[in-house]
Amino acid sequence: MNALRNFMDKIKPYFEKGGKLEKLHSVYDGFETFLFVPTTTAPKYGSHIHDPVDTKRTMSTVIVALVPALLFGMYNVGYQHYLAIGQDVNFWTEFLFGFLAVLPYIVVSYAVGLGIEFIGAQIKGEEIQEGFLVTGFLIPLIIPINTPLWMVAVATAFAVIFAKEVFGGTGMNIFNVALVARAFLFFGYPTHMSGDSVWIRTGTALGFGGGNVVDAFSGATPLGQIATASTSVPHITDTFGHSLGFWDGFVGLIPGSVGETSIIAIMLGAFILLITEVASWKTMLSVFFGGALMGIVFNLFGPDTAAAHFPWYNHLVFGGFAFGAVFMATDPVTSARTEKGKWIYGLLIGCLAIIIRVLNPGYAEGMMLAILLMNIFAPLIDFYVVDANVKKRISRAQKSIQ
Amino acid sequence: MTNVIKTTKGLDIPIDGAAQKMIERTVISDIVALVPDYYHGIIPKVLVRAGDRVKAGTPVFHDKIHENLNIVSPVSGKVLAVNRGEKRKLINITIERDVVNEYENFGHPSLESLSGEEIKSALLKAGIWPYIKQRPYDVIANPNKTPKSIFISSFDTAPLAPDYNFILKGQFADFQTGIDALAKLTPGKVHLGVKANVPSNEFLKVKNVEITEYEGPHPIGNVGIQINHVDPINKGEVVWTVNVQDMLYIGRFFNKGIIDLKKIIALTGPEVIEPKYYTTLPGTAVAPFINGNVHKGIPLRYILGNVISGIKVDINDFIDPYASQIFVIDEGTEIHEFLGWAMPRLNKFSATKLFFTPLLQKKFFKKIFGDIKFSYDARILGGRRAIIMSNEYDRVLPMDILPEYLFKAMITGNIDKMEALGGYEIAPEDVALCEFVCTSKLPLQLIVREALDMMKKELE
Repeated sequence: MNALRNFMDKIKPYFEKGGKLEKLHSVYDGFETFLFVPTTTAPKYGSHIHDPVDTKRTMSTVIVALVPALLFGMYNVGYQHYLAIGQDVNFWTEFLFGFLAVLPYIVVSYAVGLGIEFIGAQIKGEEIQEGFLVTGFLIPLIIPINTPLWMVAVATAFAVIFAKEVFGGTGMNIFNVALVARAFLFFGYPTHMSGDSVWIRTGTALGFGGGNVVDAFSGATPLGQIATASTSVPHITDTFGHSLGFWDGFVGLIPGSVGETSIIAIMLGAFILLITEVASWKTMLSVFFGGALMGIVFNLFGPDTAAAHFPWYNHLVFGGFAFGAVFMATDPVTSARTEKGKWIYGLLIGCLAIIIRVLNPGYAEGMMLAILLMNIFAPLIDFYVVDANVKKRISRAQKSIQ
Repeated sequence: MTNVIKTTKGLDIPIDGAAQKMIERTVISDIVALVPDYYHGIIPKVLVRAGDRVKAGTPVFHDKIHENLNIVSPVSGKVLAVNRGEKRKLINITIERDVVNEYENFGHPSLESLSGEEIKSALLKAGIWPYIKQRPYDVIANPNKTPKSIFISSFDTAPLAPDYNFILKGQFADFQTGIDALAKLTPGKVHLGVKANVPSNEFLKVKNVEITEYEGPHPIGNVGIQINHVDPINKGEVVWTVNVQDMLYIGRFFNKGIIDLKKIIALTGPEVIEPKYYTTLPGTAVAPFINGNVHKGIPLRYILGNVISGIKVDINDFIDPYASQIFVIDEGTEIHEFLGWAMPRLNKFSATKLFFTPLLQKKFFKKIFGDIKFSYDARILGGRRAIIMSNEYDRVLPMDILPEYLFKAMITGNIDKMEALGGYEIAPEDVALCEFVCTSKLPLQLIVREALDMMKKELE
């Protein structure tokens, strides 16, 4: 390690003010702090020792928590592909196909997002912030596998610039950045984001795994089928017309956005986030509670549509509900920040997501819009929690005057 | 039975180097210095010149705003120099001390016959007033205001804090006199915070006070936390606070009629070879405590006060009159930790669940691995960011305050919000743990200090 340290020290002057590579200072800085813990010491007044936790560690924990969903997503992409083209291949071939199909999205998302972050940091003369490491990982997981790469690039750029950098960077944003990218795609390129043909890669992945789609194949997601159902019976099927139930949604070998399908993989992630206390269990639990509650309400009193009759427990395992609850709603920056507020915030996300799913057939999936909408209201919820504390203080003061 | 207040909010940081319970010797340097910067908020007007003779208790400078507020010499001797820096800012006043201390005569006033006003003017004149502090703003008490109550915490829960039951052994008579004097300065009560479940706690025998017992991790020993639980400060109210050892100055003044600022401080910290207690005087040089008793070969940081809210000083500096502790830790500038954010870092103590610390401190693992020795240094171990994680500060601040919102009001300089969110009740030391645990590495104590100064300037 000493050799590396010496090398970093040797090239440092090039990146400092007046050096040849001055314009790449924040890049150098980013790599240096990535490789070595900075030797910045505490100021004269204040705490002279600090907890070893930093944003790098927190953010990388979230990424670790996302890995099961990513790996399962890759496998599922391959699985669905070979199912669609009617070839029987082994596990590793399926995984390899999925890997090759998903990898370009990860590369594009990181290249575009980090590129903008680096430039932004250089312009502002600040350190590179870690927030995008999570965002860049989330984006490939919440899009259909057939989204053109250039769209992902445009959406990522839009989200990073207009949902984050203009507000001041990580920690200052109002909306969940990855969801803004998703919303941008959803409203900008609707034909590529919904329908029956976007969820399963029927073509090749980087030239690998070609074949022809077999007859009787339909690539609609369960929620898509519900939203467009012609009867009021909530019957969902897989790509070949076999019925799907709760446990199919739980395991997740069904069409859908890359990372959202498997509850098992998401639960692994949730476990990591909860034991490390990076995500709030209050938010997570209350989203599920709100979703279940609203699902039951519609089951009992809802209109006579397929979506309203869709069993409440199925709402929780199909579509992006669980993924959103675990990884999106718990984003500490855009969620409610007070402990009481987290309960209300989560509950409303759960309720709204189901309301949108059931009452608006135009949007088969309500989770994205529910979270974005509650992102707006999170500060308002916090305002009332904080105001209660303020009022208590005022009434205490008035009592002491009397 | 006294009241017992319990809390689980807070954090005890396990750090090595607690002082053994023995007083090593008396350390008073030949040259002592009075540093105006240590008396926060005082605008000094120097009253002596180089070459003047002073006694213990002779005023050396006073406050330009409250001219009767003297800061006095702790020793008798000859004024060596009045040192000034840029823009004639007063750096310090050095005094070469006599071998035998001569004391200024204050005529041995008898406490029973004095009124509150007379006690006040005596304390102001004798230079004991700076040891009485006030909330709001955590500054030296404004002598023109009457406090609604006075708080003293008899225990310190900060890392490796000195044990006041040990320090005060044989001095409880002076402590009691101090209490009796303060009781005349407020129409309200004098509150004494006592640590619960301490066998034969002498502080429980103190009279003329309202005793409350406290149980919980640091910062429950902080007087600010105790005020918030017992008698919170509202807008327009003032509460005074005095440190345990500073109570002795008041007691000695009325018992003996002299200014005797002797105090005991603990030399502590992982880089001290033999951590011990020393008798000393405010203004003594730092070096004589350190020399030969610290580990060599690494850059060291000397801290007056405790490790999470003290002041970093140079070895050539002088003891802060408010400090009861000198702390020595590794500065850390020569440590180059490779990929630190991703490593297990078993030797680091963290309040989060992102390290193995919480696991290793469980009984089961302690049996297998033994007591883990955590290493500490002065690096902030990360980069400064905007506030990202929520509920971090709340867990270590046992006050009825929403810290994140108060800090945001302070950062943005919004005085109305500071007022509404508890700005009157907080002091920098109360948020020391918030600063320790902060993922975003914000200098919260500096933020609070500057905000309080701004509030004071705007609202008084």
